[in-house]
Amino acid sequence: MGIETALAGIAGMDKVRFGGHGGRLGIGYHAHGDGWVELALPYSEEMIGDEDSGVIASGPIFALMDIATSLATMRKLGRFVAHATLDLRVDYLRPAKPGHVVVGHGESFAIKRSIAFVRGHAHDGDPNDPIAHVSGTFMFLEDVSADLAKGASA
Amino acid sequence: MKLPPYADLLGATLEWDEGLPVLAMPFSDAVLGRPGFVQGGAITGLLEVAAIAALRHQLAAEGGGRIKPINVTVDFMRGGRQRVTRAAGIVTRLGTRIANVEASAWQEDRARPIASARMNYLIVRG
Repeated sequence: MGIETALAGIAGMDKVRFGGHGGRLGIGYHAHGDGWVELALPYSEEMIGDEDSGVIASGPIFALMDIATSLATMRKLGRFVAHATLDLRVDYLRPAKPGHVVVGHGESFAIKRSIAFVRGHAHDGDPNDPIAHVSGTFMFLEDVSADLAKGASA
Repeated sequence: MKLPPYADLLGATLEWDEGLPVLAMPFSDAVLGRPGFVQGGAITGLLEVAAIAALRHQLAAEGGGRIKPINVTVDFMRGGRQRVTRAAGIVTRLGTRIANVEASAWQEDRARPIASARMNYLIVRG
């Protein structure tokens, strides 16, 4: 399933364009709920960062978590609002096992007038043995005050 | 210096500037994020490849070693437009086990970065 599934039922979906870098990495839908989204990154030899070990580069995991936390923010807000990543930190707890699908769980835990605060983690099969942990912020490029008044914020 | 397959996925190639590695990534659909802008993950990927290239270059002078990422913190200062993005890393400290690296990415003007990052790497000396 395409990652647009994560935004099913969200207003303004027609403004969203999928494909691009996420599409090139093969990132797909995994699951979603209120204020959280999980995406899947399939293994590909094209993403290898260390040829001796076959381990994928850290960049695709960063992209996975950037997109998952971005969609989680739209999920929590309840509509699509243009936004940009302000900062994102990723701790790479251990390398992803070659051949394994990486699942990225992103959540938006606080939405304010200008900024959304996000966090997430990624695993390659066992959610209790994560490969990465992330935290960051997005800035909104439009006013979301009305959405907050309707109870979009936690 | 040989770049990993991931650099090819990004379309990134190695340039040298005064003896130091610089990565160049042309704009393409493969690195597109929101319409008209480079995706933050692709910019970060380029920053990480550039940071590792800088570290590998400096490490080579000390007998080499394996490089494992510990973490990265990226600040996005400007949107990446539809043109070439360049990135370079600076090794701020290379210890026996840990390296601290900074990297920045820019488009037309190196003094106006679109993103900057701070990375820590674990070094396993050969």
